[in-house]
Amino acid sequence: MNRISRRSLPLAAVALAALATTLTAAPAHANEVEVLHWWTSGGEAKAAAALKASLERKGFTWKDFAVAGGGGDSAMTVLKSRVVSGNAPAAAQIKGPSIQEWAREGVLANMDAVAKAEKWDELLPKVIADGLKYKGNYVAAPVNVHRVNWLWANPEAFKKAGAKVPTTWDEFFTAAEALKKAGIIPVAHGGQNWQDFTTFESVALGVGGADFYKKALVQLDPASLKGATMQKVLETFRRVKSYTDRNSPGRDWNLATAMVIKGEAGMQLMGDWAKGEFVAAGKQAGKDFVCVAAPGTARSFTYNIDSFALFKLKDPARQKAQQELAATIMGAEFQELFNLNKGSIPVRMGMKLDKFDDCAKTSAADFAATAKSGSLVPSIAHGMAVPPAAEGAIKDVVSQFWNDDKMTVAAAMDRLVAAARTK
Amino acid sequence: MSAPSTAPAPWLPRLVVAPSFLLGFLFIYGLIAWNGYLSLSASRLLPNYEFVGLAQYVNLFENERFHVAMKNMAIFGVLFVGGAMALGLLLAVLLDQKIRAEGVLRTVYLYPMAISFIVTGTAWKWMLNPGLGLEHLMHRWGFESFTFGWLVDPDKALYCIVIAGIWQSAGFVMALFLAGLRGIDESIVKAAQVDGASLPRIYWRILIPSLRPVFFSTLMVVSHLAIKSFDLVMALTAGGPGYATDLPATFMYAMAFSRGQIGLGAAAATVMLATVAAIVVPYLYSELRARR
Repeated sequence: MNRISRRSLPLAAVALAALATTLTAAPAHANEVEVLHWWTSGGEAKAAAALKASLERKGFTWKDFAVAGGGGDSAMTVLKSRVVSGNAPAAAQIKGPSIQEWAREGVLANMDAVAKAEKWDELLPKVIADGLKYKGNYVAAPVNVHRVNWLWANPEAFKKAGAKVPTTWDEFFTAAEALKKAGIIPVAHGGQNWQDFTTFESVALGVGGADFYKKALVQLDPASLKGATMQKVLETFRRVKSYTDRNSPGRDWNLATAMVIKGEAGMQLMGDWAKGEFVAAGKQAGKDFVCVAAPGTARSFTYNIDSFALFKLKDPARQKAQQELAATIMGAEFQELFNLNKGSIPVRMGMKLDKFDDCAKTSAADFAATAKSGSLVPSIAHGMAVPPAAEGAIKDVVSQFWNDDKMTVAAAMDRLVAAARTK
Repeated sequence: MSAPSTAPAPWLPRLVVAPSFLLGFLFIYGLIAWNGYLSLSASRLLPNYEFVGLAQYVNLFENERFHVAMKNMAIFGVLFVGGAMALGLLLAVLLDQKIRAEGVLRTVYLYPMAISFIVTGTAWKWMLNPGLGLEHLMHRWGFESFTFGWLVDPDKALYCIVIAGIWQSAGFVMALFLAGLRGIDESIVKAAQVDGASLPRIYWRILIPSLRPVFFSTLMVVSHLAIKSFDLVMALTAGGPGYATDLPATFMYAMAFSRGQIGLGAAAATVMLATVAAIVVPYLYSELRARR
């Protein structure tokens, strides 16, 4: 027994050495860009492929790092572990105040050189450019502008019910009643945290207006969160629930859009990424589906900007590739190709929108107009307005209010004030 | 060549086991200690080692969602463990009757354990969904007034998770109990039969009490499955309508990873550990003491 163990010891040592060398990370290629994102559904995946193609045409390799999950929860978890282990990707799909939170940790790279060369300050509205900076330096590159306060409707379903596509909340409930009588589900809804809140913020914007929205939901002013306007908002919100179907808890957003596409449901309150689903199903804007601003919000624009935050890299060659990625993202060619596929509009101002459909053209015109008038507001449901801790807590309260009919409006308002204090 | 008559070096077994022991010790107890420190720190998006005392615990116990999660864990734990043990024991007793197709039946009951909790959760989500599953089927068969909307009801969704969990684990419990029953000496049973005891009485008074060690180890395994239930909840209800089916594990995940509140998540994890320890340690102590 001793003889065997003595003979096999050198063998064991060699095996351990071999194992150790395979465990060390393989070095990345010099001009490789690793990008973390969660664009995995139909239209989105095509859009991501457009970015990959643009980069590969310039001679860089795109290392895809897609982590599925509509809100990006799983992707963010994976990103944290990569950053903590010191092996951050070149870029990750981070947006809103999270960009500043990551920058505060000191892990994002300064992109001012690229921004000056490409004139980003002139091509972006100030409110959006500020969201991409930390202490005055650019740390992220924006990809698109999504409008969240849309109402998508199936005109055939409306014709069958003899209803009119609504522009105010009163008209909304009239139309919903008519659809219900015709046996069509009035509102297609998916029972997930962020979807409940997407509906809620459209109601808040429509019932309360842009100033109320900014004060209550962006600045989290306790008086506005408990006031009479908020009460009206919550009551309207609860009324919308009665026009959704029983099976909505847990349903994904694209399955709810499919209900509208098939004519099983009449309307959906969802951002413009829903248009990608309609287009992928071969439907035409204006004919097979109608896009209008959510009731009462025609003169406001709730924005959701997808952006890539760029991480500090040690290798200069990879830094160069990363800067090329940032420049490409803001370039006109990519902005057009990407947004045609995704359903959003270019964030780069002053672009020709000939290839875009009517919904996108309306969106772009409203974007420019509201940027001037001050009713361009960030979407809380999509992480553009408040830090994740408070956002999560507020979403919890609103989802509970939606799901639990026994919760009173007063109790919900108290819980909202408490949730807004979360740090 | 004859083998040496003296025992091989006594330090050799310890040396061989040492690496795994060390790794296990470091990765389990070392990381528990790190988590404990994080729960006393101001960590938010990434770990931050600034000491803040019990502030995270104060936040935790003021958090409404955490109260719901703890209540759910109590209900789910009791129902799942109790149900799995009872059903498993019943199946084991029935299979112990030396029936013909025992091998086949045993395999059938044990199969659910072979699939992951994600698959179980997804399949049961489809089956329990009113529009797609059981209720829809009953309506198609003509029972129009049948309703089974537990999955979409915030008050009852937790019981759906209990059902899926028991379905998955009962077979495993059955296998453990069956092995235990088969290990009991036949002569005791024969002696009891000679004394005129009926079969149910024999089971209740003799066989089941002698299964105490098996009962103990099965309880450990099933309780650990109950506390660990993260994937089952995420696949079945993703936290339920709103957060009605939130459990401490899903709460901790949401706080630590989705919301950039690592300190709060670490505090939740420590509370989970304390709860488990409070139940398991006395039980462990009493069982091991009794055996000695």
